[in-house]
This record gives sequence, structure tokens and C-alpha cells, in this order.
Amino acid sequence: MTYSIIDDARVILAGHTNGESSLLAMLEEVQGRHRYLPRDVLILISERLDIPLSQVYSVATFYNAFSLEPKGCHRFQVCTGTACHVRGAMQVLDRLETQLGIQAGQTSADLEYTLETVNCLGACALGPVVVANGSYSRHMTASQVDRLLRRIKRDA
Amino acid sequence: MHRLKTPQDLEAWRKVIKQDIDPDRPRLRVCGGTGCRSLGGPQLVDALQRALDGAGQSGQVEVVVTGCQGFCEQGPLVTVAPEEIAYQRVSPENAEAIISETIEAGRVVEELLYADPDNGHRSLRESEIPFYSHQTRRVMVLNGKIDPRRVEDYLASGGYQALSKALVQLEPEGIIEEVIRSGLRGRGGAGFPTGVKWKLCRREPGDIKYVICNADEGDPGAFMDRSLLEANPHSVIEGMIVGARAIGAKEGFIYVRSEYPLAVETLGIALAQARECGLLGRDILGSGFDFDIQLRLGAGAFVCGEETALMASIEGRPGEPRPRPPYPAQSGLWGQPTNINNVKSWASVPLIIANGAEWFAEVGTESSKGTAIFSMVGKINNTGLVEVPMGISLRELVFDVGGGIPGGKAFKAVQIGGPSGGCIPAKHLDTPIDYDSLTNLGAIMGSGGLVITDETTCMVDLARYFMNFVQQESCGQCLPCRWGTQVMLDTLTRICDGQGQPGDIETLERLAKTVKVASLCGLGQTAPNPVLSTLRHFRAEYEAHVYEGRCPAGVCRGLITYEIDPEVCTGCMVCARNCSVGAITGEKKQPHMIDPELCTRCGLCMQVCKFNGVTVH
Ligand SMILES: Cc1cc2nc3c(=O)[nH]c(=O)nc-3n(C[C@H](O)[C@H](O)[C@H](O)COP(=O)(O)O)c2cc1C
Ligand code: FES
Repeated sequence: MTYSIIDDARVILAGHTNGESSLLAMLEEVQGRHRYLPRDVLILISERLDIPLSQVYSVATFYNAFSLEPKGCHRFQVCTGTACHVRGAMQVLDRLETQLGIQAGQTSADLEYTLETVNCLGACALGPVVVANGSYSRHMTASQVDRLLRRIKRDA
Repeated sequence: MHRLKTPQDLEAWRKVIKQDIDPDRPRLRVCGGTGCRSLGGPQLVDALQRALDGAGQSGQVEVVVTGCQGFCEQGPLVTVAPEEIAYQRVSPENAEAIISETIEAGRVVEELLYADPDNGHRSLRESEIPFYSHQTRRVMVLNGKIDPRRVEDYLASGGYQALSKALVQLEPEGIIEEVIRSGLRGRGGAGFPTGVKWKLCRREPGDIKYVICNADEGDPGAFMDRSLLEANPHSVIEGMIVGARAIGAKEGFIYVRSEYPLAVETLGIALAQARECGLLGRDILGSGFDFDIQLRLGAGAFVCGEETALMASIEGRPGEPRPRPPYPAQSGLWGQPTNINNVKSWASVPLIIANGAEWFAEVGTESSKGTAIFSMVGKINNTGLVEVPMGISLRELVFDVGGGIPGGKAFKAVQIGGPSGGCIPAKHLDTPIDYDSLTNLGAIMGSGGLVITDETTCMVDLARYFMNFVQQESCGQCLPCRWGTQVMLDTLTRICDGQGQPGDIETLERLAKTVKVASLCGLGQTAPNPVLSTLRHFRAEYEAHVYEGRCPAGVCRGLITYEIDPEVCTGCMVCARNCSVGAITGEKKQPHMIDPELCTRCGLCMQVCKFNGVTVH
């Protein structure tokens, strides 16, 4: 745990003044900034809000958007919503899993890649959709996955 | 920005804004919704601006970035006003042509017009494209017409008129009466009459009451709410202020899913503007009525769309539902009376108040008034958002508005209502779509997500997909939902893997009934619906899997094999190169072979073969 994450978390927490009901929003902000919820930050939040750590933990583990593990530098989200599913999202996911050597929900050991699934991004007309580092790729096929990966590796 | 102190201020400002608008001034409306954005919308806006600068036209021609207007499939969309020429699939390279041809020379760029997939016929205007011409856009009327980041645009189109009326001319009871008379039913799922719900909440004792907008849009594969929030956030805000006044609430919340970053951003801007000009906050328009709205983000949990879970989430707790009663109207957020409505329900309110209940009820059926907004996805030509009168037949919806099934395939069924809903097969295509007829067929209106399937969709696989979804999203509090859905999923997976046993179908039916009646919340109570309804309409397909070891649609991996037709195969090697597991072998220019032992049935070879040489059995 670097000192700066804790420091940064202090600033985030200071911005929330609604007490206990800010818990979710605090976690969302920390997750957004650091792409995971470091253990020490959860402890800090429980102290600041004066609530049991178990309560913080229960919220942090309930929602899909939170992760207690650090995430990779490159984040792939494969939409597996219904519209993307019927247009072949599973093949796209399969291909990403084979090419990255990790399963959905995992991060590669070198912290380079994280592969996630998401339940609809509201861009169903463009399905199957993959979001790579925040940018949307539409009408994905397995061969386009290869192209996307080549581009990301080249740019990196 | 003006700070408005009275309804007269509002009207005066509206007049000024309208005077400043020159209706004849050329304007390029570029769609900036999530879909068009990811198709390169922002680059297109830059390119148009550069082309205008280059032509010395930037002073004369305005570029307006609008919100999502629903025809995402054809994006990015550009409309040239005042002629209303509708260009589609516009890329930055087309920018020069639009400026030099259409703006400067007054000529149409033919190849950017919508072309009918059947006969190639081109349509000049939106209103001539079948996808739009069959719609009745009321709630979505401003989608794609205004800049959602400018409250002025909403005002110029008559926005916040309903608010003035609700504050000055109507008493809270009068507002509620109007909404009851309109016949508006909740657009988020169950279809409870909105006005009646408001009345119940108003009647509850207590000074502190809340209103909530449910923008969690959990149904995967539906994007009506996203589109509205991105394109016309003020209509939702206005509806909420009117509702809060009717109910007697001083605080409101909009709960949006975080998977919609653009909707969140647009809403944030709209709320700030409404506050700045005094449409939210203390003493709104001098009426003495105080009300403000906070934005809350979801964190990726489907169950949070359920109202009691949503309120738990706003309170900062895990989104775990609780039994009702007490209903939110009795004991909601922090134990206070609370009224919760869907985005589309709130957005309908200003229309009802401004135009009157009779106007609203003009369209629709006896029991379902107004229009319905559907998102049509899946195996359909025109993927997109449509607003149609309640009572339209599925046939009109799928074939007239949706343009039918791509690739000449046969229509199989419509799945409606997402993981809580059911499917409607071809033989019921003429059923009018309203709340009650859908319930009779074992489906539900839900929030309006339609997934169209064709002959290549396996209904057992689709049921398994939804069961997997609800099983993952079950909050785990109650046993029937937590374990019942797990056992149902295991059974369905077994059937799809070709391991189905006699009795499996009956087990599914029995379990489905138990899970339905014994679960704690709406998630579990409706989770078996996709299974029950596919069993009802496609039982033979289940039986083929279990008793004949056959997947008629050719989808379930355990029951199919891929083969290469040696007559068709040219030996181009594309399939062999693409196969992730090296199951395809063959010499160049010689027919290839698939090793069924190595093949994982991913179907990629079939997808990449340019000669249709791969078949599935
Ligand atoms: C599992 C589950 C998920 C739901 N998801 C949503 C949703 O995403 N959006 C929504 O508006 N209502 C959803 N609902 C319905 C809400 O509980 C509630 O009935 C609705 O927001 C009321 O608004 P309305 O009367 O305007 O329809 C869901 C219900 C259940 C049981
Ligand atoms: S289902 Fe993938 S974006 Fe909606």
C-alpha cells in the first residue's frame, strides 16, 4: 500500500458529508480512481464513518462494480447482455479468454490485462460490444478481437 | 443564465429564447448518443466544424450535438435543418461533401440517405423512412431535436410549461386527478396506475416524503431509459418536480446505473442548470414550493432495479430487497413515505399536465393508454428504439417498424420483458401489445425490451441464458431464489450439453412453480418466467434436446458438430488460421477437415468462411 493511495482516499472521503449513506458513493469514487478497493482504504472508511468494517465489506462485495483485487492496466469489458448474446458475444469472450490466457473476471499475473463481462451498455444496436480502456468497439467478431489486441499491444 | 422568480419570468425568458432562434438558419444536428458516439460521432463533429470553417460558413451554420434518437444501427446520424435531410452512417470523410454539396450548393448527397434493404429505395427525410414513419413519438418527440445540454432548447420547445401550470393553476389533488384520468400506468415493469400510486403516497401522514426516479434499467439488452436521459433529461426532471409537488416531497433522487456514463454526465449538467435558473431549489418560481434532486449511481447489480433494493442502495447499504408490505408509499427511503417511478413514467407527466389527460389517452387501448417505448434488438433489420401506440400488433412492430428479419431467415419469437418476461411465438404475431394481453400470453410488458429471435436461435439456450443471468444476480437472501435458480440452471445446462434425462423437463416445471411462489422479491418471483414461457410455446424443442439428443436450431454445443463441405471448400485456409484450438487441418487449395475431438464448437469457422462452406448438424 503506497502512502499516496491513503492520502488520496482521505481527500475523497472528505468530499462526502452525508455520513453512512455516502458509503456507496465513497466506494464508487475510490474504485473509479484506483480501479480497486485497497484493504487499508476500507479500514479508513469504517473508521471515518464509525461503522463496522464488516458493513463496509458487505457493501464492497455485494456490487459487481467493486473489486478487492488490483486491476490490470488494460481493461476489457465484454457485454454479455441479451442483444449482444444473441449476436455472438460468447464467441468474442471465448476468443479474448484464449488470447489473453485469463478467464472472465480475472486479471493477468503481470497486472497487464483485466477481462470482465458486463450486462448491457445500452449500445445494443452495435452488438456485440467490447469496451477496451473506455473506448467502444462495435459488431465484434473473433477475428476483430485479434485486431483489437494487436492495436492495443502496439500502442502500449 | 436567468434566475427565474415567477412563472411570468419563465414565459418572458422563453419568448426571448424563441425570438433568438432563426428557424430558417441552416443547422446540422449530429447525434451524440452513446451509440453514435462510439461510431465516431465526436470526430464527425470536429470534421464538420473544420469543413464549415474552411468554407467560411461557420458563422452561418450551427452544429448542434443532440442526444440519442434511437436509430443507433444507422449511426452516426446527421440531420440538415431546416430541410430535415436525414443523413446516415456519416463518417468524418463525408463532412466536406455535406458542406460543399448540401449547405453551399443545395444538393443532396445521395449515398448518405437511408436505403431500403429490400429495394434500395432512398428516403430523403426521417419522416419517409419506414422505421420512423410507423412511430408515434410523444415522449421521445424531442430526442435528436434538441441539445440536451442546453435548458434553453427544452424551453424553446415548450419545456417547463407543465411545471408553471402545476405550481400556479393546479392544486396537488388536481395534478393527481389529471394523472389518474390520463390512465398512465408505470412504465418500469408491473404497470401500476401512476396517479393512484401518487395518491396513496400523498395520503400518508408525515412531513418528510421522497420521490425517486428509477433509472437503473437492469434489463440487459434494453436502452429506452438511457436514450431518454441522454436526449431529454429535463423532461424527466420536470416530471419529478410536478410529481413531488403533487405528493408533497421536498427531496428527490435519480438512481442511474453506472454503465451509462453519458447519461450520468448529461443528467448532472441538466440538474445544475435547473438549479441555476431556479427550477429546482427553494421557492420554485415564487410558489413557496421547495424541491431538489440528487443523483445516485448504481454499482452493477440488477436487483437494485427492484424498488426496495434500490432504496437500500440509496441509503448506502447492500441492495437487498425486503418483503412488501410495507410498500414504499408507506415506508420507503429512511422509513419515510416514498414514491418511485420509472424514467419513462416521469417523462410522460409533463405531457399529461401540459396537454391534458384527454390528449394523452387519445392513443392506446381501453386498459393501456398512451404510447409504449420499446427497444428492438436481436435478429431484426432495424435495431433501435421505437415509440408506438399501445395496442399495436407484434406483426406491425417487427415487420413494418423493425423491417423484418435479416438474411431472409424465419421469425421465431419475441422475448419481451427481459429476465422477468417471456416469449411470444409466431402464431401470436397479431396480438395487440398492451399490459393485459401480454400477461395472458405468459409474458410481461416489463420495461419494454424486445429481443427478436429467428430460426437459428435455440429457445432452450435462451432460457438458460436468462436463468444464468438471474442466478448470478440473485442477492442470495432467500433460499428459493438462491438455490432454486441454481438447480434450474444446472438442469438447463445439462439439457443444452446433451446430458438431459427423462424427467428433467418436469423437474424444471415443478421448481419453476415453487420459486415463483416462495421467493422474497420480484426477482425470484419472475425468474422462472423465461423457462415457463419457452416450455409453453416451444416444448417440442426441449423434448428434442432431451429425448432425441438434437438441437433443432443448431446452437447447443453438446449436440452439434461442424463440418466442412468438401464440394464448397476452396482451401483458402482462413478457417484453419482462425481456429483457436487447431482443430482444422488441410493443405492449401485442398478441402479442409474439422477434427470433432478437438473442436470446441465455437462456430468461428462458420463465421469467417466466405463461401458458406461450413455447415452445422
Ligand atoms: C428484479 C427487478 C428489477 C427491476 N428493475 C427495474 C428497472 O431496471 N427499472 C425500473 O424502472 N423498474 C424496475 N423494476 C420495477 C420496480 O421495482 C418498480 O416497480 C418501478 O420502478 C416502479 O415504477 P413505475 O410504476 O413507473 O413502473 C424492477 C423490479 C424487479 C422485481
Ligand atoms: S446487450 Fe450489449 S450493449 Fe446492450
